[in-house]
Amino acid sequence: MSSNNNEKDIVKIKGADDMPSMPASIGSMRMNKTSTWRSIRPVILKEKCKSCMICWKYCPEPAIFPTSPPEIDYDYCKGCGICILECPFDAIVSEKEGK
Amino acid sequence: MSSDSTKKIKLTLPEEEVMSPGHLACQGCGAALAMRYALKGLGKKTIVSIPACCWAVIDGPFPYSAAGIPVQQCAFETAAATASGISHALSQLNMNDVVSLAWAGDGGTFDIGIQALSGAAERNDNIIYVVYDNEAYMNTGIQRSSATPHGAWTTTTPVKHYKKGRKKDIMQIMVAHHIPYCATASVAYPEDFIRKLKKAKQIKGTKFFHLLAPCPTGWKHPPDITIKIARLATETLVFPIYEVENGVYKLNRNVKNPKPVVEYLKLQGRFRHLGDEEIDYIQGVVNEKWNHLMKLIEAFGEN
Amino acid sequence: MKKILTGNFAAAYGATMARVNVIAAYPITPQTTIVELLSEIVADGELDADFIKVESEHSALASCIGAQAAGARTFTATSAQGLALMHELIHWAARARLPIVLANVNRAMAPGWSIWADATDSISQRDTGWMQIYCENNQEVFDTILMSYKIGENEEVLLPTLVNLDAFFLSHTSQVVDIYDRKRVDSFLPPYNPKIKLDVEKPRAFGGLTSPENYYEFSYKIELSHQKAKQVIRDVGKEFGKIFGREYGLTESYMCDDAEFILIDYGTIAGTAKDAVDRMRKRGIRVGSLKIRYFRPFPEEEVREIAGKAASIGVIDRAISYGHSGPFFSEVKASLYGKTIPIYGFIAGLGGRDVSIREIESMVEYMQNNKPQNIVWIGVKR
Repeated sequence: MSSNNNEKDIVKIKGADDMPSMPASIGSMRMNKTSTWRSIRPVILKEKCKSCMICWKYCPEPAIFPTSPPEIDYDYCKGCGICILECPFDAIVSEKEGK
Repeated sequence: MSSDSTKKIKLTLPEEEVMSPGHLACQGCGAALAMRYALKGLGKKTIVSIPACCWAVIDGPFPYSAAGIPVQQCAFETAAATASGISHALSQLNMNDVVSLAWAGDGGTFDIGIQALSGAAERNDNIIYVVYDNEAYMNTGIQRSSATPHGAWTTTTPVKHYKKGRKKDIMQIMVAHHIPYCATASVAYPEDFIRKLKKAKQIKGTKFFHLLAPCPTGWKHPPDITIKIARLATETLVFPIYEVENGVYKLNRNVKNPKPVVEYLKLQGRFRHLGDEEIDYIQGVVNEKWNHLMKLIEAFGEN
Repeated sequence: MKKILTGNFAAAYGATMARVNVIAAYPITPQTTIVELLSEIVADGELDADFIKVESEHSALASCIGAQAAGARTFTATSAQGLALMHELIHWAARARLPIVLANVNRAMAPGWSIWADATDSISQRDTGWMQIYCENNQEVFDTILMSYKIGENEEVLLPTLVNLDAFFLSHTSQVVDIYDRKRVDSFLPPYNPKIKLDVEKPRAFGGLTSPENYYEFSYKIELSHQKAKQVIRDVGKEFGKIFGREYGLTESYMCDDAEFILIDYGTIAGTAKDAVDRMRKRGIRVGSLKIRYFRPFPEEEVREIAGKAASIGVIDRAISYGHSGPFFSEVKASLYGKTIPIYGFIAGLGGRDVSIREIESMVEYMQNNKPQNIVWIGVKR
């Protein structure tokens, strides 16, 4: 998983006594910040954005907040580029990650 | 979160996110999107049975989960049987407002899981069964299934022996079980999928969804065109969107000017080796299937 | 209330009095009358349960696993090929710590097709983590099902149980069985109330990918529970005795205290062994019989205690682990490591061959006149 984990959400297991009898989850995958998966990042151009929310609709993570204008959640965006392609107003551009 | 604009937001899907990000799906995964939509449609009072498939890994390893609802991971063949067992327990424990959902890939549905699915459907067990069809055994590394379409490369149907033979018609199989509700759906049309899920939730008995979930990794296309590919599948008549409620057919998306199937195939590396002759053959099969569906809608549509 | 019941009917009544919530089962000879009677009992409203008429044994156990995980008490029954078909899920139920109870009619494995008594089917499930018990008579079948729910559902145990009964010798043979009364059974066995289950108020994922960092510890915990289960079994067996008048343990000792020869046996053979013991005692031979009820967890303490008393031990197996010896024999022998007592391994009754008092007497004769052997084939026709 990411080297960029959400420290406070990590479940600490020392041994058998910390574990339930069967493999049952204890925490959420929110601890795994998938931002490190990106090689490109989407950037919303606020002046072009019409808040149609299509980007929010099609994000598989989801890593877009339904605000006006929408905001990318860069902790989790994997840089798949669906939002960039689907935006009807060309209001999202691709930037190289780590610029 | 800034909101310096006073524009009104109109969401066409329920706002609440049940599934959390941080899951392990590939970039641009159709299956991840499918689950996100399904949970918006069904809500938190859902228990999902997930057999061996991509979602068994996407949900995250012990001790974490991304789904946000109770998940019963189960053996490969058993999605429908497990969901049936859960539905009966819920009934016995008077929890009739909780949905028992089976969420399986094409392998666990068309192939190894078809017995349990057929059994549950024949008994009309009270479950919603969704197959997210990425057209191969993707979790184990892209091996062919009976849902793999004619012409596709997979690791077990390499280019010199690409998959020959038509995709199993799972919708026809399920309609033949006379269950109250069968529907196709696609990640390109989430409003349609969610509308159908809400409808299914109100029906008692077995409800079956065949959902197309493009897979960038296995279909060999860039991750950003997942929705475009799903949309093209419907626009080229490869994957029609329709529902069958108590045997009555209804086309949900009529395609007035269908695009040639080559528009869909050329964007996917798994079809790159196909020549004109093969593409013509595939177009013929697509036309035949569409005409067959039109006849069914004419004969068994709402008139 | 006393009834005349076959072993299968005793199993069906066991599930009924245990107030199971969900049954999922598939017919197979000679288990069929269990599911047939349960279908009637559910249809008549005598048992408020959902009976899922699944389309295979594999789906039967899959549905029980789902239902149990969601908080229902479940029951299923099968035999031989059906049990074998469930095998992948037998592992699953134990590792998922779901206290399902399965009545298995011990039947020989095919080919050739055989519907008759043989313990190979259940022995093949030995290493899966299930507790397993072999019943001597129909009363024991009924009582064991009730106790197995109580023991399995104990928070320190949380394990499924295989309750075995011999094909035809028990399944289709009528005996007097006391099914007690609702009041006492309900006081003994309260409703199933697991701490961890599929719960929309507290969503968790069960069975996810488990790395080598954690898998080992889950296996360790299963073994700890098997060891803890031994005391729970003894305690519940005593409690059962107090309420219903029949006390049970991991084993049952018959005339072993002053025995020169001790037979160790299970299933219906254990019943016949008691008659054989009586007959041989009349002739002055000091024989005793230790019936092993629980194969898992294995009663090592009880076996070691018995061995201290006798001159030689003969283990009677209605199964064989090819390439080695009878399964109970090898486990008894391993339990007695370090002791010098001679141990004989008798194979008898495979495929439903009758094991009569004469056969058992011949085993003791063998022990009187021969050195110990790992495998002595009783009654084989050369």
